[in-house]
Formats: sequence, C-alpha cells, structure tokens
Amino acid sequence: MLANLDPLILARMQFGFTVAFHIVFPAFSIGLASFLAVLEGLWLATGRQVFMDLFKYWIKIFAIAFAMGVVSGLVMSYQFGTNWSVFSDKTGPVLGPMMAYEVLSAFFLEAGFLGVMLFGMTKVGPRLHFAATLMVAFGTFFSAFWILSVNSWMQTPAGYGTNADGQFVPLDWWAIVFNPSFPFRLVHMVLAAYLTTALVVGAVGAWHLLRDRSNPAARTMFSMAMWMAALVAPVQILAGDAHGLNTLEHQPAKVMAMEGHYQSHPDGAPLILFGLPDQKTGTVRYAVEIPKLSSLVLKHDPNAPLTGLDSLPRAEWPPVPIVFWSFRIMVGLGMLMLLLGALSLLARWRGTLYTWPPLHRFAVAMGPAGFVAVLAGWITTEVGRQPYTVYGLLRTAQSASPLHAPAVAASLTAFVVIYFAVFAMGTAYILRLMAKPPHAGERGIEPGVPIRTAGLTPAPAIDPDRHLQPAE
Amino acid sequence: MAYSFDLTVVWAFVIAFAVFAYIVMDGFDLGIGLLFPLLRPGAERDTAMNSVAPVWDGNETWLVLGGGGLFAVFPLAYAVILPALYAPIIAMLLGLIFRGVAFEFRWRDPRHRAAWDVAFAGGSLVAALAQGITLGALLQGITVEGRAYAGGWWDWLTPFSILVGASVVVAYALLGATWLVMRTEGQLQAQARRYALGLTVATVAAIALVSAVTPFLQGRYAERWLAMPNVLVTAQVPLLVALAAYALWRALRSGAERAPFLIALGLFALTFLGLGISIFPDVVPGRITIWQAAAPEASQIFLLAGASVLIPIILSYTAYAYWVFRGKVDAHGYH
Repeated sequence: MLANLDPLILARMQFGFTVAFHIVFPAFSIGLASFLAVLEGLWLATGRQVFMDLFKYWIKIFAIAFAMGVVSGLVMSYQFGTNWSVFSDKTGPVLGPMMAYEVLSAFFLEAGFLGVMLFGMTKVGPRLHFAATLMVAFGTFFSAFWILSVNSWMQTPAGYGTNADGQFVPLDWWAIVFNPSFPFRLVHMVLAAYLTTALVVGAVGAWHLLRDRSNPAARTMFSMAMWMAALVAPVQILAGDAHGLNTLEHQPAKVMAMEGHYQSHPDGAPLILFGLPDQKTGTVRYAVEIPKLSSLVLKHDPNAPLTGLDSLPRAEWPPVPIVFWSFRIMVGLGMLMLLLGALSLLARWRGTLYTWPPLHRFAVAMGPAGFVAVLAGWITTEVGRQPYTVYGLLRTAQSASPLHAPAVAASLTAFVVIYFAVFAMGTAYILRLMAKPPHAGERGIEPGVPIRTAGLTPAPAIDPDRHLQPAE
Repeated sequence: MAYSFDLTVVWAFVIAFAVFAYIVMDGFDLGIGLLFPLLRPGAERDTAMNSVAPVWDGNETWLVLGGGGLFAVFPLAYAVILPALYAPIIAMLLGLIFRGVAFEFRWRDPRHRAAWDVAFAGGSLVAALAQGITLGALLQGITVEGRAYAGGWWDWLTPFSILVGASVVVAYALLGATWLVMRTEGQLQAQARRYALGLTVATVAAIALVSAVTPFLQGRYAERWLAMPNVLVTAQVPLLVALAAYALWRALRSGAERAPFLIALGLFALTFLGLGISIFPDVVPGRITIWQAAAPEASQIFLLAGASVLIPIILSYTAYAYWVFRGKVDAHGYH
C-alpha cells in the first residue's frame, strides 16, 4: 500500500516519524539534567536528605531517557544523507560543521562527565560530583544550542553565499549561528523542555501524593514542579508570543497558516478560534472568530491590515489544516499549563497543596502534556516552513534523495515497527520506575549493570570499593 | 604521486581515522555479538558481555562522528554514498539500535533474556554484514550523474558485495574472539582461542579472495596495485598480511593472551592501508575525489578549530577508560 505513494511524501513521513521519537527524549533530558543539578545544589546547600533521595530517584529515569535520545540520534545523523541527499549536498558546507559540533559536544559530554554524574558520587566527593552534574546540564543545553541553530538557519537563513555548484557556502559564521529566529527558538524550546520536565515531575509527585500524602519526597517534588509550572508557563506564553512576532516578520506565510488566514483583511483581521481549514477552496469552514483580535495580537492595532495566503501563489502555501490545528493544540495545552500553575498557587495560599486531590488528579493528567505540546509546536514550525526546507531558497521537492518509493516504503515500515517495539520497552521501563514511590535512603544506579548512557566512562562496571580515583 | 598537503587532505585523514577507530573498536564488540550464539547461556554469555559493557557505547560514537564529519567536510560524498547504499545503511542503523537496547534490556528484563540474546546476536550480524556490503558496494563502483547517485535501489547487491560482507563478519568475529582470549580465563578463554584459530584461517582466506577479485573490478585498482613502480611498495602489503597472519597463528598456539588481539588489530590496519591504496585520493572510488567533494575552506577551518581540541581530549579519555579496564573479567564484571 505504502509503495504506491509518492517517494517524497514517504521520505517526509519517515523523517517526521524518526524526529518525533527523537525530539521527545532530549526535551525531557534537557529539563531533567537541570532539575538534577538544582536538586544536588539544594542538597549541598541545605544538607537535607530528601533532596539527595530525589536526586537518586530521578537519575535512574534520566539515564534511560538520555539513552533513548542517543539511540534515536544515531539514525538522525545518517538520515540527512540517506533521504535528503540534495539538501545535504547543498547545505552541507553551512549546516554540516554545526551538526558536527553538536556531535562533538555530546561526545565530549558523555566522555567526561556523564559517567561521573551517574556513578561517581562516592568516588569523587560531592563538590566535584556537583561540578560534573552542572557540566551535564550545560552540555545538554549546548547540544540543543547547536541543533536549534541548524533548525533556525533552515527557517531564517543568513550569513551565506552560493557557489558555482549551487551549494550554500558560509560567509559569516556569527550571522549563520545567530540567525534571526535562533534566539527566539532557543528560548522557546529550552523553556518548553523545562516545562515538560516540570509537568512530568509534578505528575509523578501528584500520583504518589494521591496514594500517600505524607511522603516527604513526593511533597517536595510536587511543590518544586508546581513552582516551576506557575513561573515558567506565563513566561513561556510571552516567549511564544515574541517568537510568533519574529515569525511574522521573517516567515509571514507560516503565521497566515497558523491563523487560518486564507483571505487578506485590509482593515483588521479576526482571530479564528476554531474551524475547518479547507486547502482546496482556500476558506475556513465553520469558523468561530473574534473580529479584529488577530490584528490586535500581531500588530497591536485592531484595524491594522493583515495579508492572507491569497496574496501568495498557491505553490507557496504551507498545508494550512495541519499547521492550524497543531498550533491550537500547543496553545490550548499552554493555557492548561497556566491554569495548573495558577491553581497550585491558590492551593499553596490556602495551605492545601498536598491535600487537595482534584489538583493532584489534574497534575497527573497533565503529565504528558508537555510532550504533546512540544510535538505540536515542532509540527507547527516545520510544516509551516513548507514547501521549503531552506525557507524561500530550497524547495522540499528539490531536496530529497533520488530514491524509489518501494525503498522508502520498506525503510519507513521497518522504522515504525522497530521504534514502537524498542521505545515502548524503554518507556515502559521509565514508567515502572516512576510507579515506585520515592523513599528515604533512595538508591542510585547500581554498579555492574551496563547502561548505554555510560558512554566512555570507566565508572559503571567497577566495584565502587576498588575504584580508581578519576579525580587524580 | 605528489599531492599538495592541504586542508582537504588533513580532513581526509581525520575522517579515515574516525572510520578506522570505529571499525576496530566496534569491530570487536560486534564480534562478541557474532560469537554469542556459540557461547553457553549463563555465566559464559554474561562474562563475554561484561567484557565490552563499559566501552562499547563510546566505540559506537565514532560512527556518528564519521557520518557527521563526512556531512560537514565532504557533503557531496555524503549526498552520493548514502542514497546509493540506502538499504544496507538503514539495515545497519536498525541492527545497531536493536543490538544497543538488547544490551541494556537483557540485564533489566531477565525473564526475556533469551529473546534479547537473539536480538543482540541478530542485530550484531545485520550491522556487521551491512557494513561489509557497504564497503563492497563502494569498491565495485556506484553510478553517479552530475552531483547525485543515479542507480537503482538494489545496485549494491552483487556477489562481490556479499563476499565483502561475509569477510567483514568473519574478521569482526576474529577480533571478538581474540578480545575474549585477552579478557577472560579458563573454559571460555580456551573456547575463544579455538574459535580464533579457525577464524584466523577464514579471515586470511577472505582477505586473499577479496584482494584477488578487486583488481578485476572496473576502475583503476589493477593499475594502482600492479603497475611498476607502485608494485614495489604495494607488494609489501600482502607480504605483511602474510607475516601478521603467521604471527597471529603462532601467538594463539603458544598460549599468549594479549598478542593475538594486538596482532589482529595490526591485520585490520594493514587491510585498511590496502583500502587506502585502492581508493585515495577518491572518496567515491573512481567517481569523486576528495577535492571535488570538499566543502569550502571556511567550513573546514571552522570545524577543525573545535575538532583539533576535542578529538585529542576524547582520545585520551578513551585511552584512560581502556587502561582502567585492562584486567580480566568474569560474570560479575571487571576485577
């Protein structure tokens, strides 16, 4: 069945599928790495055992999430070449070095610090261990820095020239790395990672509070996560707004798709809340809209004119229904996160943070919301970039490898089957760890059990009592 | 043979080094996977797995570095080779994923250990075979038009590519067996030593067969290897291979523990050198040279700045990790 499809569509499905799996685990581990650093810092500062218990509870989950990110990342580093060879040839001189820096920094991170963080507590002493934890948090951020710079360059290319072979070549690395949409995307994505992690931590805390509201570790993690949600959710909404305005400036067609604006509105555009965008007729059916609000949001003036997709040739249109809906899912979940944060502040003020089951149930339900919002946001920005891979310069249809449909159909099927099998196991294992309540004297990762994450480090398989001092 | 020593050549050597580092380092731990079905479930398998547990993930990262480096510095080669070898590359990636997680889940999920053992061995076999087929298909030549691959999606499948695939499987198994000789004791070590003897013979036969066929492939291999005066230099390579094979056989018979693995590494280095003679300065044999495929100097310098700092650090840390794990291993880990 798949083999009858257009190979371009299949290649896009495959890329989307494999990135969708890949994006989830790093988003979680970026936030979790920082959470772990905060926990350890609090433990060092206060000496309270509960922080160390939480550190050891979450580091086991971090190890698996990080491992899943590494496994799915291996595929990504080859997929540009296998399925998007023309894109690779043309953008390699610009994007290749940045991606290589991402690999090198991840490699360096694994080599140097991850093993110490996972296994080294008793061996290097608390201060050096905390330094390693900070380096891991910094390293995951640095990894995100490079990959988001690559992604942003594809959205808002800058600092490049072209050569006789039709390749993009670097002229100004500073302009390439810090291209116009990069700062906004970086902030929006890193906040998303923090929020995602806060929601997961909050859900786990709430789950255990529903069973035993006196569990001190569950209380602490729930309280920390709710602070995070209450503080970061509003900031994230502001950051998203700023990112949207940046997109309006550089990629207006994407914003038109997000808003469902097929038509131009010379005197104030309505905000379409819901509706069914119809790409064929270029209209939004059953639209529920608020007059003038879109102009007010985007231009800060209710009567400001906003052009629609009708101002562009059809060949320049992104697929509006997908972008329209993924954007609404992201924003809707963002509003629910804001509500959760606000309710937690209310409960805190009333002194019922640990004793109000409806709040806990809501927090449990919101556990996966961050992942869904990250995926929806990612779909919005990537599908909104269509029909280009490098916005305005290189079309998606001219980026793909010269492959036949059956080849891509076969690989896509294999990826789907194997990813579901493998990542379902990993996720099941994470959920099993989360189902156990945290307790005093929590144990960390046991030595002798191999962990993919351990990387180059000699720490994991060594008996702690006989370990060499890596600090020497 | 006077090549100007420019940045592109430096990068060609850096990437060749990454590929070689990958081949020998992941080679022995893939080899453990290949030998896995021959080992008895229980202590023997646990010991074999423990012997590579601390280092195998780091080994595999060189593959990411090789791919990433190729994309950055030789984007045209990356864009031509990967679509040409689509099926084996995808198979390799999936094999490595399966094998990687099997490694971990095997310990976490003892009830399904038998199934994860199958996944571990199967994934290793698929990955090793696919890597060999990739090499064979590259050597036999791929169709290029303009700046793109222009062949079909089964072009890679020929008797020659299968031969190279099988050879790589055999050679990885040899590396794995000699690694076990070095790292284990008693029954398992004796068993690994027997396998290594047989695999030495098989590996030498495979090298001879591939070397005998290569000059008859289209391209300039025959000229590179057999024409005067090149032959005076190139003839030393098979001579050294023969010597190394003999030394390996002697070392295995004499009961040496470390020498077999080190000599097997030497054997790999010689065959890699032979590949270099066949290919350099092409990156897609007979089609695209490293200079044609190279990214502009601005790209190469930008990456070299970081790579020249980070790669030595990574290497020294790797060396340190291997030094820490130089001892013997059993079912409970390193001593």
